[in-house]
Amino acid sequence: MSAHIDTSTYEEQPLRSRWHSNRLAETIIYGVLLLLGIISLLPIWHTVNASLSSPEKVAQAVLLLWPQDFTLDSYIFIFKGEALIRSFGVTVFITVVGTALNLLVTSAAAYPLSRRDLPGRQFIMLFIMVTFVFSAGIVPGFILVRSLGLINSLWAMIWPTLVNVFYLILLRNFFENLPDAVIESARMDGSSELRILFQIVIPMSLPAIATMGLFYAVSHWNEFFRGIFYIYDPAKWPLQVLLRSVVIQANLNEIGFSNQDMYGNAQVSQLTIRAATVIAAIVPMALLYPFVQRYFVQGIVLGAEKG
Amino acid sequence: MTAAGTDIQTGDDVSERPTARRMSRPGRRSHFRQEWGRAWKYRELYLLLLPAILFFVIFRYIPMGGLVMGFQNYSPVRGFLGSPWVGFQHFETLFALPKFLEVFRNTVIISLYKLFIGFPVPIIFALLLNEVRHLLFKRTIQTVTYFPHFLSWVVYGGIMVLFIGPGGAVPEGLEAIGLKMPALLVNPKYFRTILVITNIMKEFGWAAIVYLAAIASIDPSIYEAAMVDGANRLQQARYITLPGLRGVMGIVFILSMGNILEAGFEQVFVMYNPAVFSVGDILDTYIYRIGLVDGRFSLATAVGLFRSVIAAIMIVLTNYILKRADQPTLW
Repeated sequence: MSAHIDTSTYEEQPLRSRWHSNRLAETIIYGVLLLLGIISLLPIWHTVNASLSSPEKVAQAVLLLWPQDFTLDSYIFIFKGEALIRSFGVTVFITVVGTALNLLVTSAAAYPLSRRDLPGRQFIMLFIMVTFVFSAGIVPGFILVRSLGLINSLWAMIWPTLVNVFYLILLRNFFENLPDAVIESARMDGSSELRILFQIVIPMSLPAIATMGLFYAVSHWNEFFRGIFYIYDPAKWPLQVLLRSVVIQANLNEIGFSNQDMYGNAQVSQLTIRAATVIAAIVPMALLYPFVQRYFVQGIVLGAEKG
Repeated sequence: MTAAGTDIQTGDDVSERPTARRMSRPGRRSHFRQEWGRAWKYRELYLLLLPAILFFVIFRYIPMGGLVMGFQNYSPVRGFLGSPWVGFQHFETLFALPKFLEVFRNTVIISLYKLFIGFPVPIIFALLLNEVRHLLFKRTIQTVTYFPHFLSWVVYGGIMVLFIGPGGAVPEGLEAIGLKMPALLVNPKYFRTILVITNIMKEFGWAAIVYLAAIASIDPSIYEAAMVDGANRLQQARYITLPGLRGVMGIVFILSMGNILEAGFEQVFVMYNPAVFSVGDILDTYIYRIGLVDGRFSLATAVGLFRSVIAAIMIVLTNYILKRADQPTLW
């Protein structure tokens, strides 16, 4: 009601000042958004430039808006050793194999759970939801992985994350909303459930499954804790564990950077090496990101609506 | 996979089911047989569920059995069966332990800071973004602000350490204009602030998505009517968009309250160091250190159990509140 009174006084303002205040508001909005964008990007951008600059420029300059004395030496250095490449290999393995298994098992489980006629459906859902609400925690999880003999095995980072309850439920909801008629008629035609799942349900749900696959893949790519908890052999460290050691704890010897290098090397420095290592780990993600961003957003919105 | 005959049987089953149920009345035994027969017709579906069920049993339920460690003096050599039982001794020890109380306090304080300071940022961001008519600009800002969400805390924390840590752009920059910058990451006075700010920087863009979706679902005719009445854009945002977001705000707020013992394990783990343990050590990092590093399995399990029970209560409570408010719930 007060809004109405406000607007009537507003109407009487001369056109000119209204245009001005709109333009001012516009400028402020664009300005603030630009600032937020810069805040998001600047630390990353600075690090990219540090990784591509010569050590003395990095030491001199405050903020690097562009590479100074452009050089790829830091990247050449970090990929000269085996450690980073090996960790990349580990992470690529758990991402590819892990995501494939995630998708297979999650879709296979989501389909029966989407069938309202399945006997015991309620009970199975309850059985699954309990694990969502209550988790045993870090130590019992560790004891289990150890007694399964998975310490120092890459599978310790794959099996414990096989099914994400949240994604399972999202996918089940998605399957539930598929048009019944097609599935029903296939069943009448005598197709097996397996065929219905793989030839009808999954092809009809590709966008949802792709979105889920991307979420799973990102979580494998970013796998950190299971690497810390279960992998003690540095040769089997996933990327994030190596990154923590090199970038955050500055254990540069992990990546073949000796004390001798620190004083006798003019091409690279501690800072440029750390910058290059962290940026190298983002590159695959950054290359993929523009293509998949659309799906991520759709997936979230999808989930929000289906809730 | 299977012969056509069985498939037809399964197909028939759907139409037959109501009769089958009615026929199952006489006698327990035949009721059981009917149910079994009905379930048998769904065997392919159960087979599809099996891998997931096995997963939940092995990796989620069996560890729950391991919680008995919290009531034992567990020794890996003796195992669950051979280790002596001590009842609630570890819990009594814990609640008398100043370190535990400190860690618990830190967890709640960090969570609440993140909640109250971080909560409005994505809302304001979404409202501002909604005012932008220039599509390319809007998309660019979205792309840029969502990106950090997909980086791990190791990567983002690493970038932050390089940015604000010793020799980084921020301290060097402040020094250049004559300000002496305290060492941020090793100073207990600033550590929580750093956690909150970097968390907002990483997540505000992504967190705005749910609000943007809610804005998109507001009926455009309401805006048209308001424009006819002469409402300017600020008034439209204040009296139409913002009230339209109330439901989503409620859900996000309640869900964050449900995660109050979370506090961001990975972020803290990556960014903390012994110098800031007094303000930055949280339940999860504490459990990790006493459990997996020091090998005090029983005590760490007791802390974990305490944390899990409270977390479970919070989730159930959250769901109850959402249900009461007629919002989409978890179950």
